[in-house]
Amino acid sequence: MLQLNDVHTWYGSVHALRGVSLTVGEGEIVSLLGGNACGKSTTMKTILGWVKPRSGEVIFGGQRITGKRPPQIVDAGIAPVLERRRMFPQLTVRENLMMGAWRRRDTAGIAKDIDKMAEIFPVTASRAGQAAGTLSGGEQQMVAMARALMARPKLLIMDEPSMGLSPKFVRTIFDLIIELNRREGLSILVVEQNANMALSIASRGYVLQTGEVVIADTADALLNNPQMQKAYLGIA
Amino acid sequence: MFEQLINGLTQGSIYALLALGFTIIFGVLRMVTFAHGEVFMVGAYSGFVVFTHLQDSLVLAIVAAVVTTFLLGALMEIVAFRRLRDAPHFSSLLVTIGFSVVLTQLALLIFGAEVEAIPMRQIEGLAFSEIRIGEVYVSYLQLSVLGVAILIMAATFLFFKYSRLGTAIRATAQDHEAAMAMGVDVNRIFTVTFAFGSMMGGIAGVLIGFYYNLFYPTMGVMLGLKAFSAAVIGGLASMPGAIVAGLMIGVVEVFSVDFVNSSFRHLIAFVFMFAILLIRPQGLFGSGQLRGARGD
Repeated sequence: MLQLNDVHTWYGSVHALRGVSLTVGEGEIVSLLGGNACGKSTTMKTILGWVKPRSGEVIFGGQRITGKRPPQIVDAGIAPVLERRRMFPQLTVRENLMMGAWRRRDTAGIAKDIDKMAEIFPVTASRAGQAAGTLSGGEQQMVAMARALMARPKLLIMDEPSMGLSPKFVRTIFDLIIELNRREGLSILVVEQNANMALSIASRGYVLQTGEVVIADTADALLNNPQMQKAYLGIA
Repeated sequence: MFEQLINGLTQGSIYALLALGFTIIFGVLRMVTFAHGEVFMVGAYSGFVVFTHLQDSLVLAIVAAVVTTFLLGALMEIVAFRRLRDAPHFSSLLVTIGFSVVLTQLALLIFGAEVEAIPMRQIEGLAFSEIRIGEVYVSYLQLSVLGVAILIMAATFLFFKYSRLGTAIRATAQDHEAAMAMGVDVNRIFTVTFAFGSMMGGIAGVLIGFYYNLFYPTMGVMLGLKAFSAAVIGGLASMPGAIVAGLMIGVVEVFSVDFVNSSFRHLIAFVFMFAILLIRPQGLFGSGQLRGARGD
């Protein structure tokens, strides 16, 4: 479904991605792991069309989307849940959801999806008229996911969904991700520092280091990989 | 007394419209424009030209100002500010000053330095027919100015609160990256916003041009300065603040003429604004922090 082939992205004179290749299959959950400044965010921004790669290609659903602009990427069916949730703090929860559907014109379908979100994420209904900035971090994460789903994506990219949330809440979020994946056949790319958590739901994972994929394997193999255990899983 | 109040509110509604333009542009683009007074002047002249050469209709004059200044705003944003989005703030500030000089010079070239006025026979219908409200008589023109200003302000509020595009503009103001993630074309939003804010200035220009029936290339200088001050007093990023501050300054100015020589009216207006800022440095509706600033 999503395929990156030897992608090189530069920020001015900084070579941020040094030939990244990865794939996310249809209905698959894949995690992209790595520490700070390893290129995780740049990979995401390259997929979303926020930065243009200097070489290499991004293919989505059989189409080359390299260098397309962000609105077209959303149209193609990729929606991100940004790091730290990034609510529109002074818009109501409902207005936030409506913004998620910005590229859609099917009023009836949007209304139906709002109801659907109310089912999956009850907070989007119970706090519909409240300014999103006044919600708790966990509630905001729910709204952020609902908002991204309002675009009816085929691929959801989640950037650090566990950041700043309690372990219990992280579990809730990840359970929801699994359920969405099963129910809707949604492909999900989870970009995470929390490797344990991310690998517990993913089928495969990639480890990025200074802009390069250093390990690519199944989730089980990664969890048992001694190099991984030492560097990312906190097992000596 | 009541008459003076109406005069003050009319004058103030113009300041409010102009200040609202500043506020909208600043609230979304995080940029102060010093060409706003000159956009105002362009709006006034567009109305003047259409009224004197095409058809003497105030509505048509306003439409002309709307179209001209909207396009002018869009043009300025696309030509200059889009390229300077990541540049330091003073760069775009300098560019706006450059625009103000260019626009003033253009007006000087086209219309000359002398003050123009609409011939009496064309405007007397508007300026001298009055209606009675209680004890006082108010001219149609004054009523139109006040009415149009209020209408535009109300429409602006409804637009931002309820329309799809208005919501997207607010969203972009609060977090433009998150807006981009939703597939919002952020560049287009910035252009539309700048055009929209400029248009508010243009409408203010045509209204005041007709109200005083005076048109000259530097007519926007003092007004632009006052409206900018009103926007600051209102809290810079607060729309209600801009309106309240604009109306207050208009009323204070008009009433001050009762007590001091009228040539001091600008001074009084600025002293008044200075006093407010001494008491509330963050502005009337400012929260100390920019309204619409990023939430995290």
